[in-house]
Amino acid sequence: MSIAVYIAVMAVVTYLIRMIPFTVFRKKIKSRFLKSFLYYIPYAVLSAMTFPAIFFATGSAAAAAAGAVVAIVLAYFGLPLIAVAAAASLAAYVMGLFI
Amino acid sequence: MKFTHFRKGLIHGIPIFLGYLSVSFGFGIMAVKSGLTVFEAFAVSLFNLTSAGQTAGVGIIAAGGSIAEMILAQLTINLRYSLMSLSLSQKLDKSFTLPRRLIASYGITDEIFAVASAQPGTVTPWYMYGIILISTVGWCLGTVLGAAAGSLLPAAVSDALGIMLYGMFIAIIIPPARKQRSVMAVVLLSAAISTLIYFLLPFISSGFSVIICAVAAAVTGAVFFPVDDAPETEREDAV
Repeated sequence: MSIAVYIAVMAVVTYLIRMIPFTVFRKKIKSRFLKSFLYYIPYAVLSAMTFPAIFFATGSAAAAAAGAVVAIVLAYFGLPLIAVAAAASLAAYVMGLFI
Repeated sequence: MKFTHFRKGLIHGIPIFLGYLSVSFGFGIMAVKSGLTVFEAFAVSLFNLTSAGQTAGVGIIAAGGSIAEMILAQLTINLRYSLMSLSLSQKLDKSFTLPRRLIASYGITDEIFAVASAQPGTVTPWYMYGIILISTVGWCLGTVLGAAAGSLLPAAVSDALGIMLYGMFIAIIIPPARKQRSVMAVVLLSAAISTLIYFLLPFISSGFSVIICAVAAAVTGAVFFPVDDAPETEREDAV
């Protein structure tokens, strides 16, 4: 399968998801279940993508775990996205030096 | 008038530009590690402009997944943009004609949505173009730098940068999880199912695993913790 085909499929699906509600639907969603489902989807998606994958994202599980713990603690205290992401990388790097 | 709005959008997009620059650097590294060329990584970023969807998409490409899997994964992961588009469509200036909506809908991301919906009153097309343009430049530039320079960096450094996107995902899910028990429950449930699938059912690919976990956790959340007005709550959190 050509990589260009994959990229085209990704792009078209992603664009349609954004474009259709932006141009066609003007009414608010009525179904409480559907509204709730859509509300929780981003958190569920990001959580499933992060765990357990984050522990295999660097050379060693220990370095990755250090990055994950630092990210969770800093995010808990509400630091900006960039600070959390950068600190996770730094923690993984520093831990990597000791292994 | 157009220029004033455009400039305002560009200025409001500067923090997004900086954020995207560093996060997409991590994506560029990951994409090249997964077997994409620098140009392919750039094309993915230019045509998709979404961190989670791209990360999953590159995973599917690397694993040689099916087109159906790609469509389903993108649908599930990016479904949140429909909600944002829907919410933002109520806030558009009268000058937002159909062609302009077709252009601006390209750039609905979590961050752009957050900034645009925090504006008092309506948003104009040129304001949206400004914020989308500068954000897209940051996203693509970071991707190319990460993809091209990733191989020049020592392995220890590029390994450590590979964790960056996950750090950003954590930074998005933890603060609302701390505030709302329901979000915490959904996050924990999704992570638990994902971990179980990874270790016990390894034949399920990562793309389908994300779909299964997300749908199961979000349905559970919707059944046990229905929300009253999702877009409003989300807007409050995002800003």
